[in-house]
Amino acid sequence: MTALRVVAGLAIVFVASYAAAQSGADRRRSGYQDMGEALQKMQDDDTANPGMLFVQLGSQAWSKPAGAADKSCADCHGAAASMKGAAVRYPAIPKGADVPMDLEGRINLCRTENQKAERLPPESRELLALEAYVAHQSRGMPVAPPVDPRLGAFRDQGAEIYRRRQGQLNLSCAICHDDNAGKKLAGVTIPEAHPTGYPIYRLEWQGLGSLKRRLRNCLVGIRAEAYAYDAPEYVMLELFLMDRARGMTFEAPGVRP
Amino acid sequence: MANVLVNAPKTAKRGAVVEIKALILHPMETGFRSGTNGQFIPRNIVERFTATWNDAEIFSMDMSPAISANPFVSFFAVAAESGTIRLRWTGDQDFAVEEQVAIAVE
Amino acid sequence: MDRRRFLAGTAAIAVLPFDRASATPEAMAEAIKKVVGDSAVTEGRVRLDMPPLIENGNTVPVLVSVESPMTVADHVKAIHVFNEKNPQPNVFSARLSARNGKASVGTRIKLGDSQKIVAIAETSDGRFWSASADVIVTLAACLEEST
Repeated sequence: MTALRVVAGLAIVFVASYAAAQSGADRRRSGYQDMGEALQKMQDDDTANPGMLFVQLGSQAWSKPAGAADKSCADCHGAAASMKGAAVRYPAIPKGADVPMDLEGRINLCRTENQKAERLPPESRELLALEAYVAHQSRGMPVAPPVDPRLGAFRDQGAEIYRRRQGQLNLSCAICHDDNAGKKLAGVTIPEAHPTGYPIYRLEWQGLGSLKRRLRNCLVGIRAEAYAYDAPEYVMLELFLMDRARGMTFEAPGVRP
Repeated sequence: MANVLVNAPKTAKRGAVVEIKALILHPMETGFRSGTNGQFIPRNIVERFTATWNDAEIFSMDMSPAISANPFVSFFAVAAESGTIRLRWTGDQDFAVEEQVAIAVE
Repeated sequence: MDRRRFLAGTAAIAVLPFDRASATPEAMAEAIKKVVGDSAVTEGRVRLDMPPLIENGNTVPVLVSVESPMTVADHVKAIHVFNEKNPQPNVFSARLSARNGKASVGTRIKLGDSQKIVAIAETSDGRFWSASADVIVTLAACLEEST
């Protein structure tokens, strides 16, 4: 298995099978549309979508008091419906801050500032569960990054990273996800990389994971060194990707192969 | 931390065939893998899933390590009488979780 | 590590009590024989629904349905699923009765490689029915670090 995977990982074969037949004015495709019927059904059915297990965990965490303040998310925000629209806006610059944060950064800001609790570690079950629960409130809404001139410079840096060749394979995000999207990399269709379903239940992970984890997988895939977990590059990339996906339907928790 | 999602109708006509779907958070570690440190990861799976309707067993499944993480099971049952459908998962490392749903049959 | 310790380590691996080798078509046939004994297995009445091209072998939806009136007199007693290339040939065994009304069981399985999957149903008259599927498992491209 491991040997096969290494071979699959190294054998970067761009099979020319580009599905040119796309219709409509908006030609952007969510990774959802590239999946087979079985996986689409898995995402669509709330008792079949394993991401919903984490949404349920998140709903429990939402009303659990934490930190020196002994306050729960619900104590300030009430029902989680108040979070509707948050996930389709982020990354954004929260009140009082001067740099953009992604949704998990924003959740951790609430932990340290309001709950007087410790930050939840990246990719920890509780952080992912809360993120999934908050993101789930925006399911079905169009991706809608905020109009905030302060974000421009960060987004431009994200765009620059997206187009920058990196790693031993000397590939940029754009080479796969713009120039070759829809073609095959090993046996898999290269998606257009729209972050419409995060956090996602990735079958490869057998668990829920963040966009950051997915970006790290991509970086490892091109044999580049992944940025540190708290590096600003991830937020910049996400700002760019969310703007690129503006108007697309938000699907969290998505299911992906 | 047990975390289960069950989908069964709350009401059904007598004699109707209803679908029951259940999903549970569980790693289903196969016992055939090593961790990144090279150390063997011991098997940790759900071995058995059983369903009862008013305490009479209506379905069971013996699972192997080939069942995916966060196991999903769907099956059917005849709605014979009102009562409780009880689902139970047991497995390695003394894993035992029970979840019940009520169903009204008219 | 010195040579002696290395050798000791190799010896320990050699006597590990479990077999890490993969199941084989022969192992699958043996596992099936354990279930059906000397009875004949007839192809038919069983439907095995799986996607023919599997996008990730970690979670493969499987639905096994059997044509049966599911009455007390005539029903499906058990559904078994086997594979030929995972570490073990058994996937699951489900027990059913007339209480199920419909002989249909769904779950998700792991498949390490492209292979043949066999589903066998045992009916209340003691007969065995089967269906099989050949599936192709594609391998994911960009994976986690250090696996």
